[in-house]
Amino acid sequence: MMRLSIGPEPLPLDALAREVEREAQARGEGCGALCSFVGVVRATHQGRAVRYLEYEAFEPLALNVFSQIEHEVAREWPATVLAIHHRVGRLEVGEASVVIVAAAPHRAEAFQACRYAIERVKQVAPVWKHEFFEDGDAWVEGALADPDDDLARQEARRRACA
Amino acid sequence: MRVTIRVFAQLRDAVQHGVFDADVPPGASVADVWRNLARTYPALAPFAGSVSCAVNASFARMTSSVHEGDDIAFLPPVSGG
Repeated sequence: MMRLSIGPEPLPLDALAREVEREAQARGEGCGALCSFVGVVRATHQGRAVRYLEYEAFEPLALNVFSQIEHEVAREWPATVLAIHHRVGRLEVGEASVVIVAAAPHRAEAFQACRYAIERVKQVAPVWKHEFFEDGDAWVEGALADPDDDLARQEARRRACA
Repeated sequence: MRVTIRVFAQLRDAVQHGVFDADVPPGASVADVWRNLARTYPALAPFAGSVSCAVNASFARMTSSVHEGDDIAFLPPVSGG
């Protein structure tokens, strides 16, 4: 299974976790901690009832960004193994939009790598969320995407290590 | 010279299609391509300060130069996760 992926298929958390754990076990210290984050479609946004979301992405660039995040994580937490899967297309309330799994010898680096990766996905990945409400729709405007912005990287690291 | 332009999300809504070809003058930068596009589609103007760009599926700078056959993407602020 590819550890970095973006596409319309439902996200395979369990299979991805097993894959990442297997990869981490094969490394020097082995796997002592497996940390996952699942982003889920929420039923409300700023008080409005959400019917469903549509995610759009520039998929080849998104894969490049995931690969960059993987390298950043490997530099900061060298013993970790990371996976990032993002979903696109129509998602209903309660469905998973993104899954991140980090495996490491110890829990501290697994938690930190996982948090860092989702912060970076939100900062840089070329993915756009279109929310459909009972009474209209709106694109969500997030971060200005700049993969070389060092302040953004520092902010992601600060959140990961808080 | 001929290039391919891609726009996403709110930018695609403003332009009303996502991928199209365009002619740009030799020596053009990505910023020149954006300015041409915004002249054709004034609804893009509000995004001038927040747009990012990619050339051939790698992030680029607005000052990057453009070559024949390049695939140029304009990206509004992202909201994945």
